[in-house]
Amino acid sequence: MAGILKIVAQRLALGLITLFVVSIIIFVAVNLLPGDFAEAILGQGATPESVAAIREELGLDRPPVVRYLEWLGNAVRGDLGTPMSQALFSAYSGSNAGSGIGTVMEQIAPRFRNTVYLAGLSAAIAVPISITLGILTALYRNSAFDRAMNIFTLSSISSPEFFLAYILILFLAVLNPILPSLSNVNAEMSFWSSERFVKTLLPALTLTLVVTAHMMRMTRAAIINLLASPYIEMARLKGMSPMRVIVKHALPNALAPIINVVALNLAYLITGVVVVEVVFVYPGIGQLFVDSVKIRDIPVVQACCLIFAAAYILLNLTADIMSIISNPRLRHPK
Amino acid sequence: MSDPLVKIRDLKIEGRSDETWTPIINGVDLDLNRGEVLGLIGESGAGKSTIGLAAMGFTRDGVRISGGSVEFDGIDLLGASAAVKRGLLGKRIAYVAQSAAASFNPAHKLIDQHTEAPTQHNVSSRSESVQDGVELYRRLRLPNPDEIGFRYPHQVSGGQLQRAMTAMAMSCRPDLIIFDEPTTALDVTTQIEVLAAIRDIVEQFDTAAIYITHDLAVVAQMADKIKVLLKGDEVEEADTRTMLSAPTQDYTKSLWAVRSFERPKKPAVLTTATPIVSVCGVTAAYGKIDVLHDVSFDIHQGRTVAVVGESGSGKSTTARCITGLLPPRIGHIEFDGVEMPLDYRKRNKDQLRQAQMIYQMADTALNPRKSIGEIIGRPVEFYMGLKGREKRKRVEDLLAEIELEPTQYIDRLPSELSGGQKQRIGIARALAAEPKFIICDEVTSALDQLVAEGILKLLAKLQDELGLSYMFITHDLATVRAIADEVVVMKDGEVVEQGEKAAMFQPPHHPYTDLLLSSVPEMDPDWLSNLLNERGVDNIGDAAVDKM
Amino acid sequence: MSVWMWILTILIVILAGGWMFRKVGQITSGNTPYFRDMPYGVAVGYVAAALTLLFVITTYIKALSAEPGAEANKYFFFKLAIHFLLISAVAAWVFRWLGRQIGTAGTRKLFRQMPLTASFGILVIILYALTAIFAGAIAPYGQEEILGNANVVPGGDPNIGGDPKYPLGTDQIGRDILSRLIFGAQNTVGIAFATTCLAFFIGASLGFLAATLGGWLDQLLSRAVDALMAIPALIFALLLMTIAAVWANKFGIPLTLFMVVIIAVIDATRVFRLARAVGTSIVVMDYIEAAKLRGEGLTYLIFREILPNATAPLLAEFGLRFCFVFLTIASLSFLGVGIQPPLADWGTMVRDLGQFINFAQFAPQVALTPLLAASAIALLTVAVNFVVDWMLHRSSGLKE
Repeated sequence: MAGILKIVAQRLALGLITLFVVSIIIFVAVNLLPGDFAEAILGQGATPESVAAIREELGLDRPPVVRYLEWLGNAVRGDLGTPMSQALFSAYSGSNAGSGIGTVMEQIAPRFRNTVYLAGLSAAIAVPISITLGILTALYRNSAFDRAMNIFTLSSISSPEFFLAYILILFLAVLNPILPSLSNVNAEMSFWSSERFVKTLLPALTLTLVVTAHMMRMTRAAIINLLASPYIEMARLKGMSPMRVIVKHALPNALAPIINVVALNLAYLITGVVVVEVVFVYPGIGQLFVDSVKIRDIPVVQACCLIFAAAYILLNLTADIMSIISNPRLRHPK
Repeated sequence: MSDPLVKIRDLKIEGRSDETWTPIINGVDLDLNRGEVLGLIGESGAGKSTIGLAAMGFTRDGVRISGGSVEFDGIDLLGASAAVKRGLLGKRIAYVAQSAAASFNPAHKLIDQHTEAPTQHNVSSRSESVQDGVELYRRLRLPNPDEIGFRYPHQVSGGQLQRAMTAMAMSCRPDLIIFDEPTTALDVTTQIEVLAAIRDIVEQFDTAAIYITHDLAVVAQMADKIKVLLKGDEVEEADTRTMLSAPTQDYTKSLWAVRSFERPKKPAVLTTATPIVSVCGVTAAYGKIDVLHDVSFDIHQGRTVAVVGESGSGKSTTARCITGLLPPRIGHIEFDGVEMPLDYRKRNKDQLRQAQMIYQMADTALNPRKSIGEIIGRPVEFYMGLKGREKRKRVEDLLAEIELEPTQYIDRLPSELSGGQKQRIGIARALAAEPKFIICDEVTSALDQLVAEGILKLLAKLQDELGLSYMFITHDLATVRAIADEVVVMKDGEVVEQGEKAAMFQPPHHPYTDLLLSSVPEMDPDWLSNLLNERGVDNIGDAAVDKM
Repeated sequence: MSVWMWILTILIVILAGGWMFRKVGQITSGNTPYFRDMPYGVAVGYVAAALTLLFVITTYIKALSAEPGAEANKYFFFKLAIHFLLISAVAAWVFRWLGRQIGTAGTRKLFRQMPLTASFGILVIILYALTAIFAGAIAPYGQEEILGNANVVPGGDPNIGGDPKYPLGTDQIGRDILSRLIFGAQNTVGIAFATTCLAFFIGASLGFLAATLGGWLDQLLSRAVDALMAIPALIFALLLMTIAAVWANKFGIPLTLFMVVIIAVIDATRVFRLARAVGTSIVVMDYIEAAKLRGEGLTYLIFREILPNATAPLLAEFGLRFCFVFLTIASLSFLGVGIQPPLADWGTMVRDLGQFINFAQFAPQVALTPLLAASAIALLTVAVNFVVDWMLHRSSGLKE
């Protein structure tokens, strides 16, 4: 058991290092802006005073390493800085913007909740469906069912998220008004209310379509790989029923690849969320991110980027660790 | 006498390739009585395993039974429902696979897999079958029989797993066991104890068995009668002693004759002659662990030095040191009395040219995207500087040298050649460099016996014609006997013993050499019994190695 | 809640139907092995498939016989989808039939083994390529040409606000949508193709170099790629595009150029991984060792020994990467930070015309335009994926 703990600890450390490196990449990327971004953001309308105000506000007059460490230190404590829109406002109005309203954290927190809700709902629908279908296609591979599923999954993987979103809107919201096409959830709706559920359902279904296809194909490949193992043939040659072969012999070994597939696809949700939130005007981080990109609100972009990357790394790490834990060779060392 | 236990009539089996069904087995009959062991032998592609599985009413994916009948104890297996077949499999018919390591489920302990069949088939309770499992482990002479079953497969060695699998097959005391090449993947010293264990237990319980193998000497020890297969057809069947002493068919005779190929003894080397290759006190390491310890031997002009040992003994590593792929930590390599740079990257073209290599797997040794002409032509051009027509002429000569029709093969791709032909191309590529010395790394072990014999004869002919020296890496002592002049025995990275072949096959020798030599099965059906009598039951295989 | 009741009922019908189907089959056929050994899952599958087929056919009949107006509008898209499926199936079949008759023995053999999906994919790819190359000649108007009449309804029916001059109508500032769709092929596909080529050039050359040389270079490149891949591609692209936008403003370089480079670099990391993996698996082969021991140089090793063996997996990967790049660019454009106007581009068109989808109930033709642009994107990626899937299937089949 000590061996496995060591490997897990190593992976965790590696994950932390990756996150650290990623934060450097993001910081460096942002600092690639020509001149400094106070000037760049203000553009034509920049007056020397407003530039100076922003510069001071954002601490741009200090060396990059100090700024990076400070940014990182603050980020770890949950302080992600002030949005550019606020800084701009304070630069023009002359008041101290750091105080009171609208830090990046305050903007992000409620949206983060919404995004987690959306991703969680999609996962809750997608995971059971895709694993079941993945196993079925693997069991009945090369049948008509398998081929039809192959065409279906290839098509839905190939379609851009907004295409699937519009198709769903078309059939489920416009032609047959079953679900609302705008997902205007707000803070008043409790986390478990049915109203929130119904309003989130359409974006969640869109994400489900994309993720299910990926997850199904990966599950299918993993199971087929497994069913080709000599020990499965051995179990069948011992006269075990098909059910027992699957449950007792295939499943314990399939767990690792399946968990891996699930975690990887949840990581995929992160990218999918951005487009889908924009289509449905869903107030999540993805939409905030895109809006900030458009108005070049660097602190918010930076913060969103860090959150997405952290979630992505965390999920990949989970996949990694789960597959280590479920490997009998590592669990029972020699 | 009662009806046979297994009765197969006119069995026809087809396999799918490129969406069409092609025949694999073309109408084979088979009868097996209770308590009888049938040896099924043939080269790869003969359909041995397919018949073995068909005797259980089972086919793999992409294979189907297209005709004939299979009866087990009067039950028609081909017409039986899935449920009826499941009731027989594991309970009355059991299977022992080639690779025990892959055929045990890595997620469960050995004993849990052992008890699965008895409990599921309602033969005995779990606690009974656990007890029985321990007893079987003891009978099969597994170390720590009380405890070994509670380990996971990856915690047990290959030879032990193979015996545990035999125990598992025995768990319901079946009437029939199919052994599918159970010892092929094992070293000779391990193989012998598995063979002994299997033979004893089959005799004790009077179980009928079909023993599938490509190794004639093994089947001679195990079987009461032998059936020889060739490309899905039966060649002949007879009881073991008759088959060994008086085969009637040409194919069977040629299989038997392979064993008798041996080169005449060459005159001794002059003590003053400079060896072509000298390995001088080489110690080499992968990372920080030494895998070779102070290895020294010479190879003289026109002679073949066989380097023998089991897997992990350092044979191939020695070859890597000679070619410079793995620079030795201590010691050096001399070609013709000249010390070579240790790293191949520091050797010049001419030094590289002198030592050539032929690989075990011809499939990975030839670039699948290049034609035969390009493969052989490249060293001709690279070393000899020949181009255009001259180059083609030389390639054609080389092809003729290795006994392949030049015009027919020069434009083919490796995938269009058989295994033996590919190995010949590998030889031609080595010859193209006009070397003095060739390393042959297990060149025949992936080939069928008749094909392997052809390769060995070709190598011998080339040696006589061109005065080549060979370093012949092998684990197969029959090959050593056939082609070597001198023998170097290696174990755990050290040279245990070396000398002239004749001397090596005569006692007295180092105990490890003795063990290695005596563990090689012989065609004599009494060989195993005699050996066991000689060594004593507890003194075979790993046990014997450990005692050294 | 009626929806849930419906789903539950259908499920029960299917599950019970499967059992009955098998039972009836066993009784009527005298218990032949086919029905006797049929797993329950298979029986359920037959029933579910039959029900789905039944549903599609009845809906299609309803669609054909629907009164014009609200009723017909409801089935407009369904009918369209069915027609599209039928036409593409026939077209793919005819194309494959032609392929089997014409061409060299090699291509004819290829077409003989080809599934319908792959021939459909190839046909679509050819059509797209032709459209992209000859866009200027095919399109009735220029992509930036403003023709005066804004928001003309597609279909060319003057009764509902169409104009035969603009078969697919015009957009909100009066540009011909058909022409923009055609030019979109040139812009969107062309840019994606160029980006993929660039990504492959960077990724594959570095990947093979890392695989052949190994050592510190391999370590350095691999770790760098690991770090870059730890950020989701679209997110990273959006971040870099924000910064690039500032640069583009400052120096007057088109943002689209930046986008090509950014996406190519991000994508090159994925190509690097594959090229390195493929490269390493080839480098351990004995024929590479033989070539090294012969004294061959690095260039010979990479170009003559490794590359010829890597083409099949790389080609398949090229297809997949192209899809990925294409979708990323489309997503960026859809989000408003990708290909910049006035270049006609499908992603941008979907964004601009997206709100029309809400008119589907009253004027389905209007709602069609954003979907046309979106399906133009989907169709190409589906086609490429079909072909790649077949290629991968073939190469895995050959190994056995």
